[in-house]
Amino acid sequence: MSKSKSAYSVPTKKEKSDTYIFVVWVDNEAGVLARVVGLFSGRGYNIESLAVAEVDAVKNISRITIVTTGTPQVIDQIKLQLAKLVPVHKVAEFKREDKNVIFKEMALFKITGKKKKMEKCLNACKKFDLVILDETKTSKVIQITALRREIDKISKKLKPWGLISASRTGAVAMTRGAKIFN
Amino acid sequence: MPKLYTGAEIVFKCLEDQKVEHIFGYPGGAVLPIYDELKNHTSIKHILVRHEQGAGHAAEGYARSSGKPGVVLVTSGPGATNVVTALTDAYMDSVPLVCISGQVPTHLIGTDAFQECDTTGITRPCTKHNWLVKDINDLSEIMHEAFKVATTGRPGPVLVDIPKDIQFAKTKYKKLKKEKKLIGKSNNKFSQKQIDQLIDLLKNTKKPVIYSGGGVINSGPKASDALREFVELTGFPITSTLQGLGAYPGDDNQFLGMLGMHGTYEANNAMHDCDLLINIGARFDDRITGKIDEFSPNSKKVHIDIDPSSINKIIKVDLAIVGDVTKVISKVNKTILKKKNGHSKSNKSNIAKWWEQIQKWRGKESLNFINSNDSIKPQHAVQRLYELTKDKDTYVTTEVGQHQMWAAQHYKFNKPNRWMTSGGLGTMGYGLPAAVGVQIAHPEKLVVDIAGEASVLMTMQEMSTAVQYNLPIKIFILNNQYMGMVRQWQELLHEKNYSESYSEALPDFLKMAEAYGCKGIKAENPSELDEKIQEMIDYKGPVIFDCHVDPNENCFPMIPSGKPHNQMILGPNDQEENKIKGKGKALV
Repeated sequence: MSKSKSAYSVPTKKEKSDTYIFVVWVDNEAGVLARVVGLFSGRGYNIESLAVAEVDAVKNISRITIVTTGTPQVIDQIKLQLAKLVPVHKVAEFKREDKNVIFKEMALFKITGKKKKMEKCLNACKKFDLVILDETKTSKVIQITALRREIDKISKKLKPWGLISASRTGAVAMTRGAKIFN
Repeated sequence: MPKLYTGAEIVFKCLEDQKVEHIFGYPGGAVLPIYDELKNHTSIKHILVRHEQGAGHAAEGYARSSGKPGVVLVTSGPGATNVVTALTDAYMDSVPLVCISGQVPTHLIGTDAFQECDTTGITRPCTKHNWLVKDINDLSEIMHEAFKVATTGRPGPVLVDIPKDIQFAKTKYKKLKKEKKLIGKSNNKFSQKQIDQLIDLLKNTKKPVIYSGGGVINSGPKASDALREFVELTGFPITSTLQGLGAYPGDDNQFLGMLGMHGTYEANNAMHDCDLLINIGARFDDRITGKIDEFSPNSKKVHIDIDPSSINKIIKVDLAIVGDVTKVISKVNKTILKKKNGHSKSNKSNIAKWWEQIQKWRGKESLNFINSNDSIKPQHAVQRLYELTKDKDTYVTTEVGQHQMWAAQHYKFNKPNRWMTSGGLGTMGYGLPAAVGVQIAHPEKLVVDIAGEASVLMTMQEMSTAVQYNLPIKIFILNNQYMGMVRQWQELLHEKNYSESYSEALPDFLKMAEAYGCKGIKAENPSELDEKIQEMIDYKGPVIFDCHVDPNENCFPMIPSGKPHNQMILGPNDQEENKIKGKGKALV
């Protein structure tokens, strides 16, 4: 290793990164998303997907779901740093492999081309709660809900069969059973 | 019908309710209604600075030396952007500041109006929280919450951005509500079980070290008292971070001096070799830890901090106690006393060998330097300043660089809140305006800014503020004509390529003092140093002291980059020895 000329220490060995899903309850006020997202970019954390909407109009609460990757130490930091933000009420985080949590993402696909190819597309999507939202002779707009990586896979598969546009929501999460996050 | 107040009036009513006595600021178009209201509130004194960064640092000095939040008032656009450095500095060093900024009228926001900038956007990453007040009815609540956020938990800066039309608009005033809880932000949830775990660790350790930080200062003078009691009860050695100096008496025998990059040999070796490390209100900063992989490899680590996100951020610890230092340490002390039955005695004998080892390290006298009769050594200047001011309850601020480290090494602080320095952000130009703020908070005390000539020129304009309010601050410049720390790194790591670190033109500081209307003193010879320092102390008014020091002096000891604590470079004496063994260079 060459001699360091830096006033800073050299980076140390990195632990393995894993994918985690954060659920953050925040006051639905101006700038709150910028605070959360700014925290991620400012501290060099990664955002794979982001979904946010108001879930309680009376209490004015929005729920943000963020998919991220990081070492256990980084994930711990993300959680603690998020909890420090003033408009943040609570934070929960789950490993993607967590069997007690349901993760879902919705996608809209626009497919064009010959009827036969479009049929192929529909068949491939059947197991993902397929809904046909719009149809013309030469096109279809369909909706599916699935896991993130399933959508990754299927969209790759549909490309040669006429998928010309995809729009995805980012993952949202909910625990199984009667329990809620706390 | 209740009385209606303008936004500007509400700002002052809130400041009065929060018992604010001083605000540091600079007027401008978008805050004129607030400035107009100033005359009606005689309990609040406004200090007019010369640059908004100066207002921010002055407020920091005020806050750090008094324990009260500092309040800053600036205008929109450039006023707000100029204060960003000070806000970031306060954020890094956990200083409670409330910054009020003017903003263009609501209907002009987003139109690139004159002196408009996205103030809340710019300051979001450098404040604990900020608010843009869009509705006059929210103003009083936001103002009170601003003070609460700034001062509770781990303190820090906040900003309230108030558009000009809101300053004119009228509404009812809402008084400070009692205890609106900040959900999930209260951090005093430690348990007796954790305290007991700590006590167990104390009992079994043979090589303990306490490492205290700025959190002890922030927790208030009681925290320092508790810390002193804790150190006395345990008999453990204690070291301190840059920000923690003064929490424990600097001249006490149990104190090992500062640790870290320019810390003492004994402190850093104790950190490396200990079997129990108790971090009290410090954050394992990278200037402290050196190489993470080899940081204190054989110790159990305890971390007491009010900020849960400081725990395990850099160094994984075995026992974390999240809470206010005063409360945690008082509880620990009580528990020790309760369980005393012989414990404290037996414990002290446990660590007798450890103290022997520490004495050996101390024998290296790592802060030593080769003094000279021809030129003033900067370390010598700081030592003389200390000797001549130590009986005076002196407040010291610094700029950033070599002089800052020499001040930290050679000036011994015995009380908390006497030492104000920019540690986290390392802001050159911090010390002079900070001294202004300290002197405002402590008008009768001696306030000295130990400065470098390069740093002090960055905020020199604030001398004008000092003269205006007749603040007798002493600017003690260790003038070596270099950006000394930059030069030192270039010497050690960039083959003496002193790229742009020499100031080929410097002002005549005596004439500068004269121009500002204060006193100038120059010292060039070691023989005249004491007399000149005494002259500075005795003078009733601001002084610029131009102390010409040896330009080639380096700050030792030091931990070179990427090295652990036990691989320090010592001063020139020791390097001589090493050279003979051919090891000198390899250590850099």
